[in-house]
Amino acid sequence: MTQLALVIDLNVCVGCHACVTSCKEWNTSGAAGPMVDQNPYGKDPTGTFFNRVQTFEVGVFPNAETIHFPKSCLHCEDPPCVPVCPTGASYKRKEDGIVLVDYDKCIGCKYCSWACPYGMREFDEAQKVMKKCTLCVDRLYDPQMTAEERRPACVRACPTSARLYGDIHDPESEVSRAIREAGGYQLMPEWGANPANHYLPRRKTKLRLRPDEIERTDNPLKVDGLLPKPGKSEPSLDDVTTW
Amino acid sequence: MHPAFSVIFLTTLIGVGQGLFLALFTAQSYALFGLLPQQDSHAFYAYGSAIALLFLIGGLIASFFHLGRPERAWRSATQWRTSWLSREVIVLPAFMGMVFLYGLAHFFECKPVLATLPSGIAIDLTVVIGTIAWLLAFALYVCTGMIYACLRFLREWYSSLTVINYILLGGASGFTLATAFAAITAPELVRFFAGWAVIITLLGLVSRVASLIRNARLRPKSTLQTAIGIKHPQIVQKSQGFMGGSFNTREFFHGKSAAFLRSIKWIFLLLAFVVPALLLATGLSGGAAVELLLLAFVVQYLGLMAERWFFFAQANHPQNLYYQAIG
Repeated sequence: MTQLALVIDLNVCVGCHACVTSCKEWNTSGAAGPMVDQNPYGKDPTGTFFNRVQTFEVGVFPNAETIHFPKSCLHCEDPPCVPVCPTGASYKRKEDGIVLVDYDKCIGCKYCSWACPYGMREFDEAQKVMKKCTLCVDRLYDPQMTAEERRPACVRACPTSARLYGDIHDPESEVSRAIREAGGYQLMPEWGANPANHYLPRRKTKLRLRPDEIERTDNPLKVDGLLPKPGKSEPSLDDVTTW
Repeated sequence: MHPAFSVIFLTTLIGVGQGLFLALFTAQSYALFGLLPQQDSHAFYAYGSAIALLFLIGGLIASFFHLGRPERAWRSATQWRTSWLSREVIVLPAFMGMVFLYGLAHFFECKPVLATLPSGIAIDLTVVIGTIAWLLAFALYVCTGMIYACLRFLREWYSSLTVINYILLGGASGFTLATAFAAITAPELVRFFAGWAVIITLLGLVSRVASLIRNARLRPKSTLQTAIGIKHPQIVQKSQGFMGGSFNTREFFHGKSAAFLRSIKWIFLLLAFVVPALLLATGLSGGAAVELLLLAFVVQYLGLMAERWFFFAQANHPQNLYYQAIG
């Protein structure tokens, strides 16, 4: 069984919001209708977004780190938002595990947004239905697109490749490898929703040098520099003489 | 959570409607076994059912204001296998229909005897309809309560006390209204209803205070550490990703101060329980003024609206962890 998901590398994300704008651009132009903004240029702008980049500071200055944290629907394997929907508008696709809302069935009761511990669903004030990240399902299977284009808009937009996309149930996929080898984890595991999207932790790149790597042990003269130059007719010896 | 007035009206109004019907049918059951005098079908049961129905219709109308797409509301009856909201959508009209039939049968005095108990008590049509409606009234309380009690990460709600409170608080307001109604139509029943209303109101006080104590002792399971998965004791949000508001900042925050929340708590404890219980106590002695009993109902209803506002406002959604700083 396939479970498509994103794996987001917090070690790489620079917080540029390219995934936010590309998501908005692609999904507001789609057949499902626009993601409408209210007062976009006014005093109190607001609107529907499927994806946000948040910023956290971990630690206390000077030992502080800035974490940019992209946040979108996690496409849970056991989504708590789906069974509470009274109309069946919220559903999880069997074939690829994407959690979707049927905008033609949704009555806009907002109950699913209460049932999502992550706050990943947004009510569209113009269309009066609940919306959420679709993992760009309208791109993934489009035969008119090239294989490279058949990926979510946010993944394509990321300039640092912090967003990986693939099937987390396929152990040999890029995302499964990343989760396995770079310590991928789920958000709020305490609620048992089993989110499909994973995050890769920050990793400190440390230079591990032993003293013997700073000073060559195989340098018998304990000096760096030119070695004695023997005459042309004399035999030479590696590491002892210079030609 | 942000308390929506549509839902506050829905839950309090149908609570009254269910409670009033339960009160009427309790009186009929007592009368059936000769413990209370028989009442006039027209003036008491039919008009009482009509009042209960009015409250239920009021609640149903209020619920539509909660929907973004009310014209598709019929779809919400389809997922009763998994969704408590869907179950409520089915049980509410079913209950309303049975209350309507119950009132109709009483209004036209259509009471054919369907069975006779060994003790000689005749079970007529209204008793059968009433029993079905009685079951549906409790089913509706359970559905309404479970809509909130089934959300495991809204820990203030995730408790059997939520369902018990919906039953007791709705029942209390219904029996209080029945007391006032009886003072007008059947004065000999005022003591009976006032007694039950006081008992249910005080039971409601006990269970509501129990849930307040439980919620005060809750420690959050989700923290910023689990929300973003970084194990460090010192994490602060510097930016939630946008400067203006969003659905996430509107729907899940009540937007009032902690002092306001605290004062609402004391107001509802006073208005929903203490004041009505004292006013109802005047009905226990018999010969209470109708105005006082009506006042008891109005005060209790206002108190229950405050209680429901507090119920929503107190629930702290874990998503709020992600929306703490604009920057």
